Amino acid sequence: MAGAPSIEEVIEDFNVLKCMQCGVCSGSCPSGRQASLNVRRLVRKIGRDHAAICDESLWMCTTCYNCQERCPRGIAIVDVILAVRSIAAHEGLILERHRHVAYLLQEHGHAVPIDDTHKEKRMQLGLNSLPSTVHSHPDDLKDVKHLLASCGFGEITGRKE
Amino acid sequence: MMRISLFLGCLVPNRYPGIEKATGICLETLGIDWKELDGASCCPAPGVFRSFDEPTWLALASRNITLSETDDRDVLTICNGCYGSLADANLKLKNNSLLKEQTNSHLSQIGRHFDGTIDVRHIIEFLYSEIGVQKIKEKIVRPLDLKVAVHYGCHMLKPSSSRATASVEHPSVFDELVEALGCTSVDYPDKMECCGAGGGVRSALGETALAITEHKLGKIEDADVDCIVEACPFCHMQFDAGQVSLAGKGREFGIPVIHYSQLLALSLGYSAEDVGINLNEMDCSDFCNLLGK
Repeated sequence: MAGAPSIEEVIEDFNVLKCMQCGVCSGSCPSGRQASLNVRRLVRKIGRDHAAICDESLWMCTTCYNCQERCPRGIAIVDVILAVRSIAAHEGLILERHRHVAYLLQEHGHAVPIDDTHKEKRMQLGLNSLPSTVHSHPDDLKDVKHLLASCGFGEITGRKE
Repeated sequence: MMRISLFLGCLVPNRYPGIEKATGICLETLGIDWKELDGASCCPAPGVFRSFDEPTWLALASRNITLSETDDRDVLTICNGCYGSLADANLKLKNNSLLKEQTNSHLSQIGRHFDGTIDVRHIIEFLYSEIGVQKIKEKIVRPLDLKVAVHYGCHMLKPSSSRATASVEHPSVFDELVEALGCTSVDYPDKMECCGAGGGVRSALGETALAITEHKLGKIEDADVDCIVEACPFCHMQFDAGQVSLAGKGREFGIPVIHYSQLLALSLGYSAEDVGINLNEMDCSDFCNLLGK
C-alpha cells in the first residue's frame, strides 16, 4: 500500500545487512536496560524476513536515537524501526492505545485534546479557556480533517469508536 | 530569524498551561518579536504518527509550517517532540523534491503550499544562540539559588544529522542557560538518558516507560537536587505524572519538575503560582514555599 515501504526496501535503503551484531545499540538502549527491548536482535530479525513486523518489541523503542548515534556501521536504526512500524501499521498491526490516539487526532486535531480540568487550570492562570490552536479555529480543524482524509489516515488506523 | 511564531503543540496548552504562560512572559521580557501560531494542530507526535504513515506525518507537519511561512516567521517550539517532528519534516521536505511534491499535492486540497522558506527552532537552542547567556544574565531580577538536575531529553539534540546543536554525548548549552539564572547544574549518572515517554511507549506500554523513568529518577534522587529542569512537556509529564504513579506503588521521590520557561520566568521576578508550578500533578507546595513570593 502507498505510504509504507516493503521490508526489502527498508533493508536496502538503510543498509540493514551491514549490521555486524556488535551490540553497541543494545548497550546504549534505555528500553533494553530497564525493559526487554533487544535492539541488536530486532535489527537481525528485520534483516532476515518480513516476520519482524509482528515483533511486539518494535513498539518498545522510545526513539531516543542513542543506538542510531552510536552505530559503528552508520545504520539509522531508529529510522529503520519507524519504517518497519509503518509496514506493521499498514497491515493492521496497531496497538489499541495507539489506535485511540489516532482517533483523538482525527477528531480534535490534537493527540492530547483539552478537557474540563485543564480549561480550569488555564483560566486560573489568566489564559483563555481554549488555546489559540485548532481548538479555537474550527476552519483550521476542518483543514486538518481534510488533510488526514486526503492521506487516507482513517483507513490506515481504523476509524471506529 | 528573530521574528518567530510560538508553536504550542498539545501538552503545553492542554495539560501544562503554566508553560504556555511562562513562555509568553519570557519572550515578552526578552523583547522578542513573537506571536502565537494561530490554528496550529498537533505537530503531529513523531513516535506515533510517523510510525503509522510518513506521508500523513509530513502533510500535517507541513501544514503547521506553512501557517508560519505565511507570516514569514520561524517556528519556535517549546517541546522536544514538536521540535523533532517539525524540524525533521521541514528538513526532509526542503531536501527531497519528490517528497515535497507529494506533500504539496495533499496541501493543495486545502489551498496551502510548502515553500521551505523558514526554520524550526527549539527554545533552548534559540535562547542560547539568538539571545545569549550574557544578555539573559542581565535581565535577571531574582537569582535562583537552586540545585538543579538538567534533563535534556532526546529530540532536542538527536538525531544529530538534522540538528544544529552541539555535542550529543556531552552538551552544555542547556546547563549554561540554567546556571545563567543563578542555579547550579548538578551532574548525575545517566544524565543524557531518555525519560521513557517517547516513541509512543508512554501511551501504549506505560509500564515500560515507567521502568525507564524510575531508573532515571533514582539517579536524580541520589544527586540531591531541588528540582528537575527540562525543556519538553512530554518529559515534564513523564516525570511529574510518573512520580504520582510510582508513589502509588510505594516509591516516593518528591522531586518537582519545571520547564525552562518556568524557571526563567521565576528568575525574571514571577511567582511559582504565576507560572503554574503549583498546577503540576504532584504536590509542589514545599518547593513553591521555598521559592517564596
